[in-house]
Amino acid sequence: MTTDTADSAAAAAIAPAADPSFLQRHGQAIEYVLIPGAALAGALVVFGIFVALFGKNPLDLYFYMYYGAFGTWFSWQNTLARAAPLILTALCTALPAQLGMVIIGGEGALLIGALAATSAALALPWAPPLAVQFAMVIAGIIGGGLWIMLAGALRQYRGVNETISSLLLVYIALAILNHLVEGPMRDPGSLNKPSTREIGAANMIGTIPGTDVHWGLVFGLVAAAAAYILIYHTTFGFAARVAGGNIRAARIVGLSVGKLIMTICFLAGGAAGLAGMIEVAAVQGRTNANLAAGYGFTGILVAFLARQNPLAVIPVAILLGGISASGGLLQRRLGLPDASVLVLQGIIFVFVLASDALYGRIGFLKGKG
Amino acid sequence: MTDRPHAGDKTFGVEAAAMTMRFGDFAALDKVDLKVRPGTFHALLGENGAGKSTLVKCIMGYYRPTAGDILVADREQVIANPKDAHALGLGMVYQHFTLVGAMTVAENLVLARDDVPAIVDWTREKTELAAFLARMPFKVPLDAKVSDISAGERQKCEILKQLYLKRRFLILDEPTSVLTPGEADEVLGMLRAMVVAGDLTILMITHKFREVMAFADEVTILRRGKLAGKGRVAELTPDDMARTMIGAEELTVQPARSGQVGKPRLELEALRALDDAGAIAVRDVSLTIKSGEIVGIAGVSGNGQRQLVEVLAGQREAEGGAIRVAGDLYHASREEMRRHRMSLLPEEPLKNACVGGMSVADNIAFREFDRAPFSSGGFWLNRAAFRNDARKKIAQYKIKTRTPDTPMAALSGGNVQRAVLARELGSKVEVLIAANPCFGLDFAAVAQIHAEIMAARNRGAAVLLVSEDLDELLELSDRLVVMFHGQFVYEAPTSAVDLTEIGRHMAGH
Repeated sequence: MTTDTADSAAAAAIAPAADPSFLQRHGQAIEYVLIPGAALAGALVVFGIFVALFGKNPLDLYFYMYYGAFGTWFSWQNTLARAAPLILTALCTALPAQLGMVIIGGEGALLIGALAATSAALALPWAPPLAVQFAMVIAGIIGGGLWIMLAGALRQYRGVNETISSLLLVYIALAILNHLVEGPMRDPGSLNKPSTREIGAANMIGTIPGTDVHWGLVFGLVAAAAAYILIYHTTFGFAARVAGGNIRAARIVGLSVGKLIMTICFLAGGAAGLAGMIEVAAVQGRTNANLAAGYGFTGILVAFLARQNPLAVIPVAILLGGISASGGLLQRRLGLPDASVLVLQGIIFVFVLASDALYGRIGFLKGKG
Repeated sequence: MTDRPHAGDKTFGVEAAAMTMRFGDFAALDKVDLKVRPGTFHALLGENGAGKSTLVKCIMGYYRPTAGDILVADREQVIANPKDAHALGLGMVYQHFTLVGAMTVAENLVLARDDVPAIVDWTREKTELAAFLARMPFKVPLDAKVSDISAGERQKCEILKQLYLKRRFLILDEPTSVLTPGEADEVLGMLRAMVVAGDLTILMITHKFREVMAFADEVTILRRGKLAGKGRVAELTPDDMARTMIGAEELTVQPARSGQVGKPRLELEALRALDDAGAIAVRDVSLTIKSGEIVGIAGVSGNGQRQLVEVLAGQREAEGGAIRVAGDLYHASREEMRRHRMSLLPEEPLKNACVGGMSVADNIAFREFDRAPFSSGGFWLNRAAFRNDARKKIAQYKIKTRTPDTPMAALSGGNVQRAVLARELGSKVEVLIAANPCFGLDFAAVAQIHAEIMAARNRGAAVLLVSEDLDELLELSDRLVVMFHGQFVYEAPTSAVDLTEIGRHMAGH
């Protein structure tokens, strides 16, 4: 038997590896900023090409987009008002994502939340405004929460895919809303656009002093911060992350996965329901088909762009709120159709989904294998 | 490659000279020499991560080695991809099957060819296959569906497939891991006969010394990417080989069996469970495990052991029957697991018991995170406690990780299992369920895990050990049960078991 000395090699293998470079140590964090940023930039370039095909100058486009979104105090306020519901509907996707679920039915929860909040206000005509507003918040959260919980229950107890059920529930919610505003809840005075009765000017939640931005923004910021704390600093969030990371590991340590799914789905739907309440109590003043403005769907985009992180949802929602706020200016100055902003959102979504494949594959950020 | 000098009926040798394979800064292979003489049965030994698979993958063209030459029949060859290797007559049989279950054996053989015609003339193919089989030492039912034949027969099919494709140099990657000892001896014996007859040359990756001693002519041993030793099997003992594989590393010493068998702790009553497809996997099994004893469950994988463990682990609902722990009904809830101090060491811990994306400290805290000191009021996480506890356990269980905050997925298999060990056995244990806890781990980890299991038993835990490794079961168990087709078909005290008897029951006779 000939035995070579592998012991010196063994010693070398145990010795600690040299300190990795800054890039490698923070590779993951850098990736989370770099990759969505690059996806966004790529989408803007493609959108620029799209606009150039219409014979417009893409550089004008980028300028007006910036100007319409963040150029003036007025455009900032417009952007922030649009960001408020987006933060909340994004949470409707980001929270279940911690459990590994893909919920895309925030729009449905928003509509049901709006209906529930409106009903609560209309049921309490004699109550003081603060009580009515409080009742609206509770009703909106419970309405939206139960709606997404339905998708969670279908998944947990019937094995129905939650992505598809939550999407289909959007159409059911829309049908319920249309049925009620055109039937039992219709205000006889609303002739062209069937609507419920108004909740009354006194019950509206108003604007943050010194601005035109309604209080909904504060609701959104608080909800996002609370969601972040819940997920990263509480035992409930820890259990959710275990179950989301590996459901078999969660079961082997006895965590009740069903309870986690139901609770998270309720909170997620509650966030979107709150967005519906805000749209009623801060913008529309009543419930009608105008509420189906797509905030629920844009929220999905926000959540994915934010990598499902509840805090990252805030800047991303402001960014996308800005893009939609600039739509009017693009229409006026460049003569682009109003729907161009939707085209841009669609392109962004495709880029973001495709960029998912890049995580962990960027050479200079990789640690030593 | 236009010339196919070896794809004929004559076998040949393969030599790898100064093979080096680097992944970044890490040398998976460092100037390794391997010489497999024509017409020999050569064993390649080494611990997990020693570089066996890397070496074989370089030979088969899956990897391009950083440096080194490959000689096939004494001629230098560039093997750029598996196709080149196949053209040279090199074939590989994997640990897991690569057959299509829904097709017949004959269909599988024909479809493996590179030149399957668009329309297959099955009458002609079958005549040719029958003629081919007549020349082979082992038979398989050509018209049977692969899903209907036993694991032993499937492994024979895999080998026949290679021979049918006219490959005369076979690399076998742990070929017997899914076979009963009887089936393993049969398959290896037949291959050995073909080698002796000069029809075949074999390079077999294995960790079973018994198979090396019984069937191999020569052995090459790797350790940490380097050649650690080589020689003729006839001149070596298993002890020599083990020492060469491990090197100077010290192994945990297993405590001696001690203590008294106590009261029944874990009872299964007519337990029934289904598999994922809805078929009955566990058929009304009953078993009582007392405190202070290890009951081993032997069996070829796929006979219901996995589903049984999943029911006990709360990963699968029982279809019928009951589980009692210390007399109380048990449903695998967190509260019950705590009250009865249940611990679980599942197979493939990264898949079954850990979250790869969460940190080592988080993973170690999975059982205790909702109690003090890990959280205040059962609600607010106390991060410092996570890290302190993890630091202690990392040192105590010799977990090799850069920091407690490193993601679990970045650890090697042995260290993942050590982290699970730290979590599951870190406090007092009354019931321990372990399923293939050492699968794919290195000697040091295996010794440590065996020592911990024995120590838990000695402290009075009731231990259920499910394993596909008979040696492990014979070493640790007090009592041995054989599981076949979802039932317990044999039970005996380990001191009184007969290996052939067990093998017979594992195969269902």
